[in-house]
This record gives sequence, structure tokens and C-alpha cells, in this order.
Amino acid sequence: MNISAGTNAPLLSIKDLSVRFGPDRVVEDLSFSVKAGRTLAVVGESGSGKSVTSLSVMRLADMMGAHFETGSILFNDTDLLKASQKQMRLIRGKEIAMIFQEPMTSLNPVFTIGDQICEVLLLHENISKAAATAEARHLLDMVRLPDSEQLLKRYPHQLSGGMRQRVMIAMALACRPKLLIADEPTTALDVTIQAQILNIMRDLQRDFGMGMIFITHDMGVVAEMADDVVVMWKGRKVEEGPVREIFANPQHPYTRALLSAVPRLGSLTGEDFPKRMPLTVLDGDTQTIVGEERVQDTARYDLPPVVSVKDLFVRFDIRKNILGKATHRCSAVSKVSFDIHPGETLALVGESGSGKSTIGRTIQQLQTSLSGEISFNGKSYLNMSAAERFRMRQEVQYIFQDPFASLDPRKKVGFSVAEPINTHQLIDGSKAVRRRVHELLERVGLTSAHADRYPHEFSGGQRQRVCIARALASNPKLIIADEALSALDVSIQAQIINLFMDLQAERGLAYLFISHDMAVVEKMSHRVAVLYLGQIMEMGSRRQVFETPKHDYTRRLLSAVPVADPTAERNTDLIEGDIPNPVHRVGDEPAILSHDEPNPGHFVATASARKSAPIFGKHDA
Amino acid sequence: MAGFLIKRLLQAIFVVIAITLVVSFAIRLTGDPAVTMFQGGGAMTEADLARIRAALGTDQPFIVQYLHFLKGLVTLDLGRSFTGGTSVSLLIGEALPATLLLAFISMAVSVVLSIPLGIKAATSKGKGADQIIRIFSLVGLSFPNFWLATMLVLLFSITLGWLPPSGMSGAASYVMPAITMGIILTATNVRLVRTSMLETLQSQYIMVARAKGLSETKVLYKHALRNCAIPLITYFGLQFGGLLGGIVVIERVFNWPGLGTLAFDAVGARDYPVLQAVITVLSLLIVGINLLVDIAYGLVDPRIRTE
Repeated sequence: MNISAGTNAPLLSIKDLSVRFGPDRVVEDLSFSVKAGRTLAVVGESGSGKSVTSLSVMRLADMMGAHFETGSILFNDTDLLKASQKQMRLIRGKEIAMIFQEPMTSLNPVFTIGDQICEVLLLHENISKAAATAEARHLLDMVRLPDSEQLLKRYPHQLSGGMRQRVMIAMALACRPKLLIADEPTTALDVTIQAQILNIMRDLQRDFGMGMIFITHDMGVVAEMADDVVVMWKGRKVEEGPVREIFANPQHPYTRALLSAVPRLGSLTGEDFPKRMPLTVLDGDTQTIVGEERVQDTARYDLPPVVSVKDLFVRFDIRKNILGKATHRCSAVSKVSFDIHPGETLALVGESGSGKSTIGRTIQQLQTSLSGEISFNGKSYLNMSAAERFRMRQEVQYIFQDPFASLDPRKKVGFSVAEPINTHQLIDGSKAVRRRVHELLERVGLTSAHADRYPHEFSGGQRQRVCIARALASNPKLIIADEALSALDVSIQAQIINLFMDLQAERGLAYLFISHDMAVVEKMSHRVAVLYLGQIMEMGSRRQVFETPKHDYTRRLLSAVPVADPTAERNTDLIEGDIPNPVHRVGDEPAILSHDEPNPGHFVATASARKSAPIFGKHDA
Repeated sequence: MAGFLIKRLLQAIFVVIAITLVVSFAIRLTGDPAVTMFQGGGAMTEADLARIRAALGTDQPFIVQYLHFLKGLVTLDLGRSFTGGTSVSLLIGEALPATLLLAFISMAVSVVLSIPLGIKAATSKGKGADQIIRIFSLVGLSFPNFWLATMLVLLFSITLGWLPPSGMSGAASYVMPAITMGIILTATNVRLVRTSMLETLQSQYIMVARAKGLSETKVLYKHALRNCAIPLITYFGLQFGGLLGGIVVIERVFNWPGLGTLAFDAVGARDYPVLQAVITVLSLLIVGINLLVDIAYGLVDPRIRTE
């Protein structure tokens, strides 16, 4: 099956494609082509038209109400835009296959994995049910899923996100398509899982000699996967070229702005403190550099900590027996201790199920702990009166990942921002409150006129600014930012990072920055705690953790991050296995790790003496 | 599963006791069956009444009567009707199949109509077909069922003479009651199917099914329908329960010899044994339907089954 890469005739070529939804043109005059055996990355931020392009190739955009105004999409000398849906059905899944972004929702929950893979084989290949089942098994082996025979009988909800995405790949490759379109296939996955999926896709593409269109917003993934790159901006192609050219010598101002905004792991090597960096901003076609460069030396270790967490344990009962007694528990957080000082950013990094969000919620009293002590301003929660607890809620504010879901869609944003002020009765008089709301909105880069608008009228980045303004409204000492940057485009992300840093410098805010993104964490934080299955694996200054990681898991995480440099050598050998489930039977609690301190302030978990079961390594099952 | 069934059984016992207690108590407040029996029967003495009360057992304290009824339930001897002295079990045995059959056929008519129509409305959202289906649904919702029933009788029995106007006699007699109920139910159900289908069609796996090259029929009826089955089953189950209780109006219009008619007459005659029995049977049926609904959840959704 090994076809040498790069025959001359393109497999797919798009010419002058324009796609319209209602009155809006979302793709304009787009042209590019893909050759067999090559990977073309289509890069762009939200609203750039990249997903519509891929759905247009499949002619699935029709079902969403797309009109193809001009252009052609030639595949094997057939113009797909002229094909009927009936003809397209013979091509879809057989000649051109597609993988989607959300592995958790891509598989139909009511059918078994086996049925869903066999379905596509039985549809396009003239084979028996038994032969299809055998082939499905073979496909699951190919995407390196263990126990393929058992897996065929299982349902999607019994699989992790990474496993589901592998099933999706197996399903897409079932009929050996000539072209594979992957629309953000790893965006929703943890980094170590992402690295594994990318490896599998790269290997299979080479084995099958497929052409691949890889749609992503992540420049790191582009650098790792692509041969060629098309950069899209507002529905148009702004630049196109071989991947090394694009990274080494970007021509279009947008490409340059995009590349400069990408957080790069290792960008602060040798620095003791995070740095606020100026931004390249695109205004029309001209780019300007805005903002100053400043060392973020704001942490006041001489002052007592704002928040101090000691030996925190949080457990969730997962399953109960008939008498209501728990039989299975999730050890969400086990023996976690840390301090956050005024002006300091402590990052909690970890993958899904690591307990990072639970810690944040417990500090904010949205979640009760099993044991352990949390003190705020030196006073333990346990000893606080109800009034003190209420006051504490004012001084600790939370910013969530999804800015849209965390704003009431039926209230004007001015109301949402004013709510903490009114709840805590910080300012008297509606005029004064209004003035304060305007001030806050202006401080986060919006205008006072925005107060009278509704959340749906804002872009994602603006909504997150509103959430920040709301968090600031009660004059907090600590802000817990739970994946607050994860849903934003990189250029917006860079702006919000700077906003966070400016506010910290201005007000001496402390941040608990919860994130899975190592590169962003490196840019933002003074200290870092790496979590795995509810326990701290390693904690220390940013420099200690990123430059001299002592724990295997930290190294694994760091090596899994895609590097936005196509010339960089990849070393993903370390990465194997799925993230284990933190749910266990009662009485079968995971071992609690103790910590060494190889350097002052640098803590590393050691294997526990109590139970010797290794907690890393292959957990795929 | 065993634990689940035990829970359900206990729940059923509780429901039956609660309902029969309320109904038995309430009906006894509305009048004396002994008096009702004598109406138009000439002069009666206090002694006559007392004799009748003693014969019926209504001279006992309420709680004794109720315990007697419960004992009858356990021993499956529901006593005799106050009017005519027929065995209550026999009356129920005749009326129950008539009602169940009518309810099943109405339900089947509605499911067969509402699923394809609801799906059609969902897939053509905002377009002509959707508008027409929605308008018809609204019209159907606005009809009082007895009015529709009367109109059908006027048209098909009186004017055209195609169908028997009332009674249960052969297949033809089922047509009008079933259509009346079926249409009224369809009007609601079509909206439910449409809404639930619209939501399911937004799912990523529908896009994936299309990307496989499956035909729209397969995408809709295989991939989407089973996923919107949970809300539909819940609602259809509730509706079936409601149907059994609410069928009384239709049974009256078409003079259908079902539980509704039986209950209606029993209320008029203060026929306690019959009324209590009908109510008990209905509540057991509704508890049973809910159990079936819960089992059906597990069948259509593996996420519930494998919990």
C-alpha cells in the first residue's frame, strides 16, 4: 500500500470557491489543491471559513443551507459541486472520509463500536457481515487499540475521548479513502493523547498514501503534521506554501501576527519571571506592535499567603449499593497543599481527571472537601463565621472556560458586571454602580456602551473580557481562572494574557491559573504545580518545573506539547497509554505519594512505600 | 435489576393504597347508595334503608369497609356490584379488554402518524411542509375530542352510513373512536417528535453518519430516531396512562363498553365495589406502563442499560 508521495496531478483541487450562508459569504474565491500522499494544513481562527470549506468538499454544507456561488471542487476529474447528493453518497466514506473535532459526540451513543465501523464497510464494500467484522477488528488494531475483539461489542460511552477518536479514525479509514479530511481532530483531547493520535494519523497516512486536509487553529500541530499550509482569514486564503517557508518566512501580515501570538514552549527559558510581551496587532493590512515589554516581578513572597491549602482531600461517590452506601469513589483530590501569595500566579496543570478544577471549586466553596484545611488571609474556612465566608466569596472570584455559558443570556452585560457589587453592597446608589461598571468595562478593553448589550452580541474574546470585568467588580484578592483562555483564538488569548498580567501588576492580584496548556502556563505563571490523578507530581517555580523537570509525568507532558517549529525534532517516544480513570472501589484507594525537595521550593512526588503499584505507563484497556 | 423491581413493586403498592383510599373516601361523601337504589321505587322506611345498608355492608365504619376491600384485592375477590349483583371481576374482565384495545389502537395510530410527520417537519424546518404540519397540529390541538367525535359520527354514520355510530361490534366499529383519539394525540406528538428530532439532528454523530455516505432515510430513521426515543417513550408512556383515564369521554360518545363507561355508571349509582375496582385496575395499569417505560429506556439506550 505504500505509494510514494507526491505524484504530480492533484487529488483534489478547489478553484475560486465561494460559499454563502443566507446573506453572508463565509468563503470567498478560495483555491488550493492537495496531492496524494501529502498533508495540507488549513489554518485559521474561528470564523475563517476553514470548517465550511471542508464540509463543502464533502457537500455536507448543503444540509446546513450553504449556497455555492462560484468555483469548482475537482476530485478525480469530477466536479463535486456539480455532483448530486446521490453521487456524493458513493464518494463520502469511500473516496473521501472525514474526522470531526468532538470525539465525545462523534459516535452514535446507541450503537456498538463494531456496528458503527461495519456499517460503513457494508455500505461501500461488497462483503459479508462476518468479513466486515473481521475487517473492523483489523482496523481497531491498526489504530493501536488493545482488545479489539471486546471493543467491537462496547458502546461509545464506555470509551475515553482518546479511544473514541481512534475509533473515528478507524471508521474513516475503513474503505481506504484517497482523501482524508480531519477537522480539528485533536483539539478536544489532552496533550499526551493528542500526541498519540497525531502519531497514528501520520503513520497511517504514509502507509496508505492518502492525501490529507488537516484543519486546525493550532500552529504547533501544523508544524508537526503538515507538508503544505494554507492560511485563511475572514473567508479568504491569505497565504499558501510549504510548511517550512510559512514558519520561516511568513509573507502576509496576518500570518506574521498569528505566528507571533502563538505561545511557544521554552520561550522563557533562562528567565526567572514571566514577561508581559508586546503584541503584533493587525489593523486592516498594516501590523503594529502595541504594549510594552515588562518583567512580571509582582509576587510578594514577603507577605503572608492569600490562600493556603493544606492536605486537601476531595472524594466523589460514584456508585452506591442498594442501601445507599458508596461502593465506588472518585479520588478527585488527594493530599494537595500549596500557598498563593499576593501578586503571584500559581498554575495548576494537568490532564482531564487530574482534579485541577475540583481544587479551584473547593477554594471557592462550590465544592465541599473530605478533609484538609483551606485558609484565606490566614484564617481557616472551618473557623469562619457565615459573614466571613460571605465576605470571602467577594474576595475570591472565578472565571470559567466558557464565557458564553457563564453569562446570563437574558441580562445585559452591565447587569452581570454589577451583580457582585450589588450582592456585596460595595457601592451605594445606582448611578455610582453604573459608573463603576463603565470603569470596569473600560479597564478590560471594552467601552461603557457595551454595558447595554446582551452576551450574544459579543465575540468570544469580548465575552471573556466581560467575565473578567465581573470578577474584578468585587475587588477580589484572588482570581481563579479555570481554563479561562482555552476556548479563545491565539491572538485573543495573547491579549487576555496581557490583560491578566496588567491587572496583576496594577492591583497585586493573585491568580490560581488552571490550565492544560503548558505553553500558556509558561507565559503566565510564577509557580507551577503539576497534577496527575488528584495528586501533585511536581511543584516549583516556573523555571524549575519547565527547565529542570524532575518527575517523569512532567517530562511526558512537556514532550507531548506540539512545537510550533517544523524543523524541530520530535520526541514523542515517552508518550504511551491512556489517562487512567480516577474512579476506584471503596477500600482500594490509590496510594498517597510523599514529596522530596531536591532544590529549595521544588517538590517532586516519590513512589509511595505503602503500595508499589506503578501509576504511570500503559493503562489502555 | 432485582432491586429495581422490588422498589417498583413497593411503589405500586403504595400508589394503589393511596389512590383507592382517596377515591373510596371521597365517593362515600357524595351520597348513600341505598337511597340511590330506592329512587323512584316508591315509599321506603328507615328500616328498609338500614336493611339494604347492612346487605351492602355500608353500615360498617369506613375503615372496616376499606380493609374489607383490601382483603378482597389480595384474595382477588372484588365482591359484587351494588346494582345488579354481577361479580365485579366479571365486569372488569369484560370492560378492560375493550378499553385497552381502543387505547392501543389509538396510540398506534398516533405513533404511526406522528413519527414520520414529525421527522418531515424537522427536516423541512421553516419550509412549506413544516408550516402545513404545524398548522394541522394546532388545529388538531384546538378540537375538543367530543366535538370531533360527534362530527365524525354525523359524517360517516348518519350522512354516509359507512360506519356504525356506536357500540363495539366488529372491526368497523373501532375506526371512528380510534381515529378520533389518534388524531388528537397525533397533534401533540407531532410537535414533540419535531422538537426532539431537531435537537438530535444537531448532533455531531448525525454529521458523521452522513459523512459515511448513508442515505438520508438511514440517517434519520436509524441514527437519529433511536436517539430521540428517550423523550418520546417518556411522553408516550405518560400519554397512554392519561389516555386510559381520559378515554371516558370518547367511550360515552361512542357508547363503548369499556372501563370509562363502567366507571361513569358506577359513580352515578354510588356503586363502591365497581368504582374501587376500576380505579385500582387503572392505577395498576399506569404503574405497569411506567415500569415498561423504564425497561424500554434500557433497551434503546445502552448508557442506561450498562449503568
